[in-house]
Amino acid sequence: MSLTQEPIADAKPEPKSGAAGAAKFAGSESRKYNYFDPKGRRATHYEDMTVDVQPDPARYLLQDWIINFADGTPTYSQSWTQAKSSNWHLFRAVDQEWERTHYQRQSTIVGMIANVTENGRRSGAVKRFDRAWVKVLQDHLGAYKHAEFGLGMATMQAQRYGYTQMINNAILTNSSYKLRFAQDLTLYLGEIGLDLDKFDQDAGKAHWLDDPLWQGVRRLIETIGGSTDYLEQYFAVNVVFEPLVGELFRSGFVMQVAASQNDFMTPAVVSAAEGDYERNLANTIELYRILVNDEHHAEVNRVLFEGWVNKYGTLATEAAYQLQPIWSQPRVKIAPFVDALEQSHDRLRAIGAEIGIDVSSVVPTR
Amino acid sequence: MSASLSLTKITSQKGMSIADAAKRTADLGWTPSYVQEAMTFPTDYKIKKAPRDPMKQVLRSYFPMQEEKDNRVYGALDAALRGDMFRNVEPRWVEWMKLFLSIIPFPEISAARSMAMVARLAPGEELRTGFTMQMVDEFRHSTIQMNLKKWYMENYIDPSGFDITEAAFGKCYATTIGRQFAEGFVTGDAITSANIYLTVVAETGFTNTLFVAMPSEAARNGDYALPTVFLSVQSDESRHIGNGHSMLMSIINDPDNHQLIERDLKYAFWQNHAIIDAAVGTIVEYGTTNRDKNKESYAELWHRWIYEDYYRTYMLPLEKYGIKIHHDDVNAAWDRIVKKNYVHKTAQFFSVGWPVAFWRQEAMTERDFEWFEHKYPGWYAEFGNYWKWYAKLSQPGEQNILFNQEVGYVYPHRCWSCLVPCLIREDIKTDTVDGKLYTYCSEVCRWTHKTAFAAEYEGRPTPAMGRFSGRREWEDCYHGWDLADALVDLGFVRSDGKTLVPQPHLHFDDSKMWTLDHVRGNTLGSPLRTLREMTPEAREASLATYRAGFTITSPN
Repeated sequence: MSLTQEPIADAKPEPKSGAAGAAKFAGSESRKYNYFDPKGRRATHYEDMTVDVQPDPARYLLQDWIINFADGTPTYSQSWTQAKSSNWHLFRAVDQEWERTHYQRQSTIVGMIANVTENGRRSGAVKRFDRAWVKVLQDHLGAYKHAEFGLGMATMQAQRYGYTQMINNAILTNSSYKLRFAQDLTLYLGEIGLDLDKFDQDAGKAHWLDDPLWQGVRRLIETIGGSTDYLEQYFAVNVVFEPLVGELFRSGFVMQVAASQNDFMTPAVVSAAEGDYERNLANTIELYRILVNDEHHAEVNRVLFEGWVNKYGTLATEAAYQLQPIWSQPRVKIAPFVDALEQSHDRLRAIGAEIGIDVSSVVPTR
Repeated sequence: MSASLSLTKITSQKGMSIADAAKRTADLGWTPSYVQEAMTFPTDYKIKKAPRDPMKQVLRSYFPMQEEKDNRVYGALDAALRGDMFRNVEPRWVEWMKLFLSIIPFPEISAARSMAMVARLAPGEELRTGFTMQMVDEFRHSTIQMNLKKWYMENYIDPSGFDITEAAFGKCYATTIGRQFAEGFVTGDAITSANIYLTVVAETGFTNTLFVAMPSEAARNGDYALPTVFLSVQSDESRHIGNGHSMLMSIINDPDNHQLIERDLKYAFWQNHAIIDAAVGTIVEYGTTNRDKNKESYAELWHRWIYEDYYRTYMLPLEKYGIKIHHDDVNAAWDRIVKKNYVHKTAQFFSVGWPVAFWRQEAMTERDFEWFEHKYPGWYAEFGNYWKWYAKLSQPGEQNILFNQEVGYVYPHRCWSCLVPCLIREDIKTDTVDGKLYTYCSEVCRWTHKTAFAAEYEGRPTPAMGRFSGRREWEDCYHGWDLADALVDLGFVRSDGKTLVPQPHLHFDDSKMWTLDHVRGNTLGSPLRTLREMTPEAREASLATYRAGFTITSPN
C-alpha cells in the first residue's frame, strides 16, 4: 500500500496494510450496516442486501423524491394501494431471497425439470402415457400455462409500485417464479410432443381462449391484470387464485392423477410450482398479516382484504367449478373433484386464519 | 471403446430447437377480452409495432447461466480474501467506493422496476421474456452490489461510511446526482424514462465508462473485487441493449414519434454525460494512485467508448430513420471534458465539500500533478495551487477548505436539472419556471427543465412527461445550519459520537482525524436562495462575477 500523502509529524506510524484490523481508530470496528433495525437479533444477509435500497422521504431521503409524474405523484407513492400502513418498512420476505439464492433455486429447478424430461423421454415414458391423458395434457395443462404467464405479468407490473424494496423484491421473485413455470410447461409440452404421434402444440392456447371450461380462469387472470392496485394484485394471486384454482388444478388434479395414467414425469415438473408457491405464500401471509395487525389501520385493511377475498373469490369459485369436467377426462379416475375442491377451501381457510381475515364470503366456515 | 463413441452421442435425443422454444414461449401471451390490462404508466409515444426479441433466450438457459456467473463472482471474492487483497489495496480507491457503491444499487433496482413500465406498453409478447430477464438481472445487480459493499465494509481498514451506506445515499450532497439518474429511469413518460433514458442511452452508451473503464482502474489499485462484480454485471447489459434497441425500433418508424425521440435523446444524452462523467470521471481520475502515462485518461476513454463506440456506431445510424441527432451536444460534451475541465472541476467541488461527504478524500500530490499535466496540458496552472491548499488544510485545526476565505474558491450554484453544480462558470444559465428563478450548468440543462419536462413540447401536448420536484438544491436543506449540526443530522459522525466519517486525508489515527469541534462555527447556505433574494441588478452583477470565475491564491 502506498499512502501518497505526507505523514504528519509526531504521529503513530502509518499502517502498512489496508486490511481490517491494521489500525485502530474511531469507527474502525463498525462493520455492520447500522441504518435499519433488523427483524431478529442480528441482520440477516437478505436484510443487508435489501433494506433501504429503495429510499423513503420518511427515513433518509432528505431532498424528497426529485421527479414527479405530471399529476404530481412522486416516484413512489403510498397511494398506489388502498391498503394503509403505519410502517411499510416492517415487512421482511420470509424466504429471504436475494439474487444469489434466487438464481440457485431457479437453476436447481430448471435442472431438475431438464433431468426428468430428458431421462423420462429417453426411457420411452412419454409413449406409455395413457392416450386420454395425453389429450388432457395437450388441452388443459396447455391452457393452464397461460394462466401462469398472466400471473407472472401481473406481478411483474406490481413490483414497480411497492413502497419498499422488501415488498417489491418479494413481488419480483414471485413474478420470476411464475414466468419461469409458464415457460417450464411450454417447453415440457413441446418436448414430450416430439415423442407423440399427434400432439397439437397450439391446442392449449385455443382452449385457453375459447374453451368454456377455461373462461372463468381467464376472466379471473385478466381481472387481476386489470387491477391498478399492486397489493390487490399480489393478494389476488397468492391468497385467492393459488389455493382456489392454481393448487386445485396442479395438486388436486395433475399431480394426483398423472401416475395412474402412466405419467411420472408431469407431476415432477408441476411440483416445482408447488414449491414456488409455498415460498410466495409465506411472503404474502407475512405482509398481509402485518397490515391486518397495523396499529392504526388494522380495521381498514381487514375490511379491504375481505373485500378482495369476496371479489376475487367469487370469480375463482366460478372458475373452479367450470374446470370440474376436466376431472372426468382421464381414463383412470382416482381423484374426485369435490375432494380437491374441499382441500382448496381448507387451504383458503388456513390462509385466512393465518392472515387474520374472514374468508367465509367465499368458503363457509366449518 | 470406439474412438467415435462419446457420452453425447449415447445420450443425445431430439429436442426443441432454440428458435422453436423462443417461438413457443413468445406465444404465452394473449389479447385480453374480459378485462383490459391496466395501463398505469403513461406515454405520449405511439407504439404500433410489436418489438422483436433479438436474443431468443428462454429462462431455462438463463437461470443456470446466471448461477454460473454468480459462482465465478463469489469464488473470486473468496480468492481475493485468501490472497490478502486488502493488504495491498489502495485506500484512496476504496474510499471512493463508499460513494459509488452507495449510489449504484438504487439505479439498478430502478431499472428492474422500469421493466414493468415497458413490458406493459410493448404490444405483442415476444420481448416480454427479454424484459423479464432484464428485471431479474437488475435485481441481481442491485443485491450483488450491496453484497460487494458489505464485503468491503467487513474487510477494509476503515468501514465508516460503508456502515451507513443507504442512509448516506439519501442525504449526501454528492449522491443527489445519482438519485436524479435513478428516478429518471422510472418517473414520467414511460418510454422517455424506461426506454430512451435508461436503455438507449444509459445502458447502451454510458455503462461502458461505468462498468468497463472503472473496473480497469480498480484493478490498477489492487482491487480485484470490483472488476469481478462489475464485469459480470456488464455481461448482462448486452441483453438490455438489445431490449432497448428493439423497443426503439418499434417506435422509430412512426414519424409522429420523431419529435419526442429527438427530445428524449437530447435530454438523456446530456444528462447522462453530466451525471456519469462527473461521478465516474472523478473516481477514475482522482480515486487512483496509478499514474502510468501509457494508460488512457478519462477523456481518452470517453472518446473511445462514448464518441467512437456509442455516438458513431449507435446514434449516427439512427439518422437513416429520419431522426435528428444533436451532434452539437455530443461535441459540446466532449469540449466540456477536454477543454473546460469538467471532470477536474467536479473533483475540485467534491473535495471542497469533503466535510459533508461520507468518505475520505486525500489531496493530490506532485506525482498526481505530473500525470494530470501530461494528460491534460494546463492542468497544473489551473488546479495545482488548489490541491496544495487542500493538502495544507487537511490537518485538523486548520480552517476547512469549504469555508477558508484565503483559498479563493467560490462555492458553486447547483444545476436544477442534472444536480451537478454549475462548475463551468462561464456557462451558467438562469431561467424562470412557474415564476421561480433557477440556475443551470448549461444551456441543455436549462432547456431540459424549461422545455423538455413540461406539459407541452414545441406546441405538442405532452401530458405524460414528468416534472422536476422536491428539494432539488441540496444546499437549501441546510441553509443557515452550523456545519457541525448538519453533520450530526446527516449521520456522518463516527461511533465515538465526535469524529467525522469524512476526512480530507488517509491517516488512520485518531490524533489526525477531524471531529465536530474542528468544523463547528461555520454556517451553510443556499446559493440559489441568496440569488433569488437579490434585486435584479444585484443578481446580474453576481452572475457576471460568477461567470468571470475565481482565482485560487498561492498557498505558499
